[in-house]
Amino acid sequence: MAFFAAFWLLPVLQLLVLPASKGWSAYFAVLTNARYLQSLLQTLSLSLTVTLVTLVLGAAVGITLARQRFAGRQLLLSILTLPLSFPGVIIGFFMILLGGRQGPVADLSEWLGQGRITFAYGMTGLFLAYVYFSLPRAIATYTAAASAMNPHLEEAARSLGASRWRVARDVWLLELAPTTLACGAIVFATAMGAFGTAFTLSSKFEVLPITIYNEFTNYANFALAASLSIALGLITWLVLWASGRATGPAAAGT
Amino acid sequence: MGNFRKTSPLLLVLTALVTLYIVVPILVSVKAGLVNNYSSGLESGLTLRWLEQVWEVYGGTVRWSLALASLCVLGNLLIGVPCAYALARSSSRAARLFEELMTLPVAVPGLATALALILTFGTMRDFRQSYAFILVGHMVFTMPFMVRIVSAAFQRDELLTLEEAARSLGASFAQRFLGVLVPAVLPAIVAGSLTVFTLSVGEFNLTWMLHTPLTRTLPVGLVDSYTAMRIEVGSAYTLIFLLVIVPVLWGLQALGTLFIRYHGT
Repeated sequence: MAFFAAFWLLPVLQLLVLPASKGWSAYFAVLTNARYLQSLLQTLSLSLTVTLVTLVLGAAVGITLARQRFAGRQLLLSILTLPLSFPGVIIGFFMILLGGRQGPVADLSEWLGQGRITFAYGMTGLFLAYVYFSLPRAIATYTAAASAMNPHLEEAARSLGASRWRVARDVWLLELAPTTLACGAIVFATAMGAFGTAFTLSSKFEVLPITIYNEFTNYANFALAASLSIALGLITWLVLWASGRATGPAAAGT
Repeated sequence: MGNFRKTSPLLLVLTALVTLYIVVPILVSVKAGLVNNYSSGLESGLTLRWLEQVWEVYGGTVRWSLALASLCVLGNLLIGVPCAYALARSSSRAARLFEELMTLPVAVPGLATALALILTFGTMRDFRQSYAFILVGHMVFTMPFMVRIVSAAFQRDELLTLEEAARSLGASFAQRFLGVLVPAVLPAIVAGSLTVFTLSVGEFNLTWMLHTPLTRTLPVGLVDSYTAMRIEVGSAYTLIFLLVIVPVLWGLQALGTLFIRYHGT
């Protein structure tokens, strides 16, 4: 505990008070400065979209894997969850490979007469990379949750004449709601704080972690970097905390 | 069971697409690490020279990453496990508050933690420039995971009874802790250690800020090669990650599962 206090509490307290040296307004820089505000809004909207897409795809694959019995199912699951151990930087590199100037997508688009399309360094690349990063976790979670679903409920709904969509809406959605909430919060928090992927792509689409990094290393603006970090940390912590509250302590932060 | 017919084709198509989405980049990267020239593809011929070059330049980062992850696990065993016990047995408000605080390093982005560490300890030059600095960062980041997993195991009711029984038979605290409690929560400790190891090996957000040119880990080296070297070298390095780290993680995972099954209570 002393270790934790010395190496986490103390430094973080220091981080918390640092912006005060520049006056109270420094704490609100993220809201008052147009550039930081834009960066924050970009990060928020990107993370939200990533979360939604990941949840939908992860649920679809998870449900399929949980109910289909076919040869190689276990193998497929381990392939799909292989990227769990990849650092974000590797996924950034994948996007450069695929969507960079020498990538196969550029070759294809040139062949189609559209010129060399590169998507790696913009919002698309970042979006695809973040989805790639969080999908394996979502798939693993949903597969486990969907395997534990009660088949009788669905059976009953079907025998009462419910259509496929109604089953999906009334049975699946309800049964998977806690998983969705917990998993969504994690995906969102990870996307907000992801630094490695964006750093590798040196994206033109600036997200908040990159802004913080630039303030710190390029401009040596420590107080501002600290203030932005506080804002970012506060948002992710609040989201995780709220989802933990909503789903009960057992699922918090898993 | 008519399970097969019940799954809508839409789900199957989505699953296939997602699989492609996950697999294709890995394959492209593996191929790029083995060909002479990425733009001309397989026609330029296969080679191992990129792999050799990477091993020469960045081999050290692989070893350091594995060593750091092992030390991080060790540190967690020495500090995290007793901490988990203390938290599980204490019902004071301070303990609950501390528990709440411990979830923070998980929620707060690594970048912020790294900034905080640098601001506080950046002036201690020897410490700042050693791998110990990165180790501390990794420990702060991973300890909450270990503590949460093990603390949950310590809280089981039958453990309280066991501990009580050992105490009434005259076992000292050390005997109770090492002889009764730790074996009982071993599966949780194994699971926690695996999590810590995996997190430490892949950690970048913190490490990038904490590293110096002389203290580099695998992910830091990866980024360095992505920005400074040919695309083939970056791919070869990624391939080395796949060839070295992924089997190590899988091996540990398998060992852990085996261990838990053998020791399972």
